[in-house]
Amino acid sequence: MRLSRLWAAAPPLVVGVAGLVLWEGAVAGFGIQEFLLPRPSSILARLGEEWGEIRHATWETGRIAVSGLLAGILLGVLLAVFTTRFRVIHEGLTPIAVAVNATPIVALAPIFNAWFGITGSLSNQAVVVAVVFFPVFINTARGLTDVHPHEIELMRSYAASDWTILREVRIPNALPFFANALRLAAPLSVIAAIVAEYFGGPQDRIGNVITSNAGFAKYDVAWAAIAMASVIGLVLFAVALVVERVSMPWRFAGDEEITEELERERQT
Amino acid sequence: MNATSDIAVVVDGVHKVFGGGGADDVTALAGIDLAVAPGEFVSLIGPSGCGKSTLLRLIGDLLEPTAGTVTVFAKPAHQARLDQDYGMVFQHPGLFDWRSVAANIELPLELHDWSKADRSARSAAMLELVRLEEFGGHYPRQLSGGMQQRVSIARALSFEPRLLLMDEPFGALDEMTREHMQGELLRIWRETETTVVFVTHSIPEATFLSNRVVVLSPRPGRISSVVEVDLGDRTDDTREDPEFFRVATEVREALRAVEAGE
Repeated sequence: MRLSRLWAAAPPLVVGVAGLVLWEGAVAGFGIQEFLLPRPSSILARLGEEWGEIRHATWETGRIAVSGLLAGILLGVLLAVFTTRFRVIHEGLTPIAVAVNATPIVALAPIFNAWFGITGSLSNQAVVVAVVFFPVFINTARGLTDVHPHEIELMRSYAASDWTILREVRIPNALPFFANALRLAAPLSVIAAIVAEYFGGPQDRIGNVITSNAGFAKYDVAWAAIAMASVIGLVLFAVALVVERVSMPWRFAGDEEITEELERERQT
Repeated sequence: MNATSDIAVVVDGVHKVFGGGGADDVTALAGIDLAVAPGEFVSLIGPSGCGKSTLLRLIGDLLEPTAGTVTVFAKPAHQARLDQDYGMVFQHPGLFDWRSVAANIELPLELHDWSKADRSARSAAMLELVRLEEFGGHYPRQLSGGMQQRVSIARALSFEPRLLLMDEPFGALDEMTREHMQGELLRIWRETETTVVFVTHSIPEATFLSNRVVVLSPRPGRISSVVEVDLGDRTDDTREDPEFFRVATEVREALRAVEAGE
């Protein structure tokens, strides 16, 4: 079981390494200028040289992305639970949330700078919260309401209260929906943080490191910062996957379908 | 015991109208009178839309009658629901994916604050009753449809209700599994001495299982006839018994008569 899972990780690993080797070879082989596309090896070297600055920027941007992600999740889940308790609010709010979710919320970044100030982290965090909130809210709310009517009838036959139905049926039912939202929102939070940083704020963050170094034609440093941004996104995505597995063991239980035939055999 | 407690279910002059009182109102049931004795197995059969499931939900207080009363074990249906006097099984097993098989069976017990030890003892006994002893730790999606439905029956019986309400519980199963499950249900019914009200649209199923088959007419549903069944102890051979065919024919003719509107 464990071994087969390790094997499943092999193909993407091979393709990834092959891609980097091809990249390195193509830049050398076709004589591509390093300022257009630096080699992976030079990016890695620059990352080593500028490690102090980039490490600090990664930490700052990661902090903004994670804090915004957590706040957005909390807000989205709480509002989803709240609105499903009140049908009128739910029916009024959900279509609006879906519509807002379809708009590019990061475009609000300059406005948020005006609202929340440009010197601190708050305006950037607010962009992340806004981007994360909508998918979490929409998906969780759907999971809380998309319950089989028989399941509600069954709970009513046990004389269960609305609160018990929420706890025993709606919330577990919403978990897979929430997990989908989380997988979507985790990488989005990093994108939102960096795009927000492009619009200003303190200069010691990934977004600003990318724009300022690109401005001075130090593309290899910009690429090193982009690489670290990818690392944050991947780490958050991996955490989302772990949360999904740990919170829903039933979804990952053995897939063997025990047939009625097999079970009849057992009885004879 | 007084006279009323000798009757498990009394449906008295029940009408059920769906809708808010406008022209679109649908009368699902009209003038239903029905009494079910303790330990009796009664089937409700009728054409689609005759209100048989509605009648079952009225007995279970999942719906309220527009007129008339429903009494379960000498109390209003609402009180019987609060007292957990009945267990319910639907066509869809309705097991919760996130609970193991044993935890699904224990759900009604948990809601009534049974201790952990009592709960596991009971779910183990119930798994034995439905012959799924080894599957308590599995998740529902690892089980076949027939096995899931047996878990659903075990869950309905876990708190030892005196009444079992079943809404086409075997409707989604293939014919062989279905006959196997009917045999299992009769065995459980005899062992637990539960009263059963069973909704079906299968003539052989109603005939094989019941003491009485109640035939309903198309909308608005009325009781058009009641067929008494006396097949003694049923076995698989009963299905090939001349008396079985005779009763099934009687039920079939009663159904044809209501569909022809006689």
